[in-house]
Amino acid sequence: MNLFYLIAAVCFIIGLKRLSHPKTARSGNFIAAIGMLVAIAATLFSSGKLDLELIVIGFIIGGSIGALFATRIQMTEMPQMVAIFNGFGGGASALVASSTFLTPPESNFLIVCISVLIGTLTFSGSFIAFGKLQGFISGKPIVFKGQQFLNALAFSAIIILLSINNLGILDSQSIFYAILALSFFLGIGLVIPIGGADMPVVISLLNSYSGIAATATGFLIGNNGLIISGSLVGASGLILTNIMCKGMNRSLANVIFGAVGLEVASGDGSQKEMNIKSYSTTEAAMIMDAAEKIIIVPGYGLAVAKAQHVAREVADTLEAQGKKVLYGIHPVAGRMPGHMNVLLAEADVSYDLLKDLDEINPEFEDCDVALILGANDVVNPAARHDQSSPIYGMPILDVDKSRTVIINKRSMNPGFAGIQNELFGYDNSIMVFGDAKDMLNDLLKEIKEL
Amino acid sequence: MLDPGTINLLTIFILAIFVGNEVISKVPPTLHTPLMSGSNAISGIAVVGAILAIQTEGTLGTYLGLAALIFATINVVGGFLVTDRMLRMFKKK
Repeated sequence: MNLFYLIAAVCFIIGLKRLSHPKTARSGNFIAAIGMLVAIAATLFSSGKLDLELIVIGFIIGGSIGALFATRIQMTEMPQMVAIFNGFGGGASALVASSTFLTPPESNFLIVCISVLIGTLTFSGSFIAFGKLQGFISGKPIVFKGQQFLNALAFSAIIILLSINNLGILDSQSIFYAILALSFFLGIGLVIPIGGADMPVVISLLNSYSGIAATATGFLIGNNGLIISGSLVGASGLILTNIMCKGMNRSLANVIFGAVGLEVASGDGSQKEMNIKSYSTTEAAMIMDAAEKIIIVPGYGLAVAKAQHVAREVADTLEAQGKKVLYGIHPVAGRMPGHMNVLLAEADVSYDLLKDLDEINPEFEDCDVALILGANDVVNPAARHDQSSPIYGMPILDVDKSRTVIINKRSMNPGFAGIQNELFGYDNSIMVFGDAKDMLNDLLKEIKEL
Repeated sequence: MLDPGTINLLTIFILAIFVGNEVISKVPPTLHTPLMSGSNAISGIAVVGAILAIQTEGTLGTYLGLAALIFATINVVGGFLVTDRMLRMFKKK
């Protein structure tokens, strides 16, 4: 039996290993899926008295819902989908643990509770995250007085309930249901005060929790398959959480308890006067015509304007004219880790042109034009030198080192962090105002005509 | 002290964390979204626990197992399919 789980685990590890390059990634995903099939088949065939009818019903319902999600979802909605899937994963683990607890023989009560705690918290927290990303719930941090006290209270209550189990004051059924309810509440309480801009961190963390929940359930039912797979997912989620925190220069504690986005940075109050130079697309096209090396810096605004395709057409046209075109992608450019890359891949951008922060920053030194599309805080040079800036210390794309910086924006509204971007007033910066899609369409026409 | 069975599970757990850490830190940022949806699919391994739970007798436990099976199957099927859909789009010219 465990031999088949070993095979499955090896398939998962090979699958993840092949995810280290876009060329091998697809086959890796396929190998991981085979691993899952092996695990499921082994479980079905080796177990004695199975209620096959119910199992088939479960597979059909779950399979159809999953397939529907997978085929219908828009790439911009990927964060929501991952959020809700984290919730299902956590929920499934909590349900297995509950079922094990409520069915004889007696199981290890402590592990049941840990499994239910993490699984349920992941479930309720993920649905709040989903609601925020989908716009069902306000993306703003929802905070009220005593909120963190309430969370702490719920957590302490769980710990106390666990420790009095052996004293016989309450029967284990009551303790179990109380922990279930408290965990559900705690999941909501932990996610609801976190703002929309911090969701990449939250879904990465919940991703990790869904893995840890599976591991806990694996300990409970003594199943290697669950332990190994859960650990892989747990490690993956933690690594991504860490990368996202670094990308925003925030500690995990600060994201979870900080409720940033609420108290919009007031700064020192003395907004510096900036000399904004507004250019037409014709002038921008002429500058680009003279350039040899161009770096496009996309932000989420580009995806909101659904302008990825026309951006790629502009890049293709420039490339056809013999210019070098690259894309610089900040870790928090999208709404989840790697989101912007998927959105550009969908627009047929070749993956070898997509460069991450460390790869692209040296490239700005000899870059003629940096074209900023819908990005703002991630290109604000204040992060490098202005200690009073709320984004000070955040790693940014050094676009200001290019000869010319062309910034497309709808208006002068500040970005997510609510701060004005000093880049816009730099001598080598020019602004082209307008909707990204319209502007790029005009630009495309102008470039072709030049 | 812990019994040998638990020690075995613990050994596997710790080693799996190390392997996971090694393998996943080599995934490039470009593929972080497929990594997340793919790990969604892998955490659907709870499906194995769900099948075993349905096997047990006792109505409430069985129906909880069925709910777990549905949740986990959504993850497995949806996770692998959407990951494939994304990875298909990554092309080099």
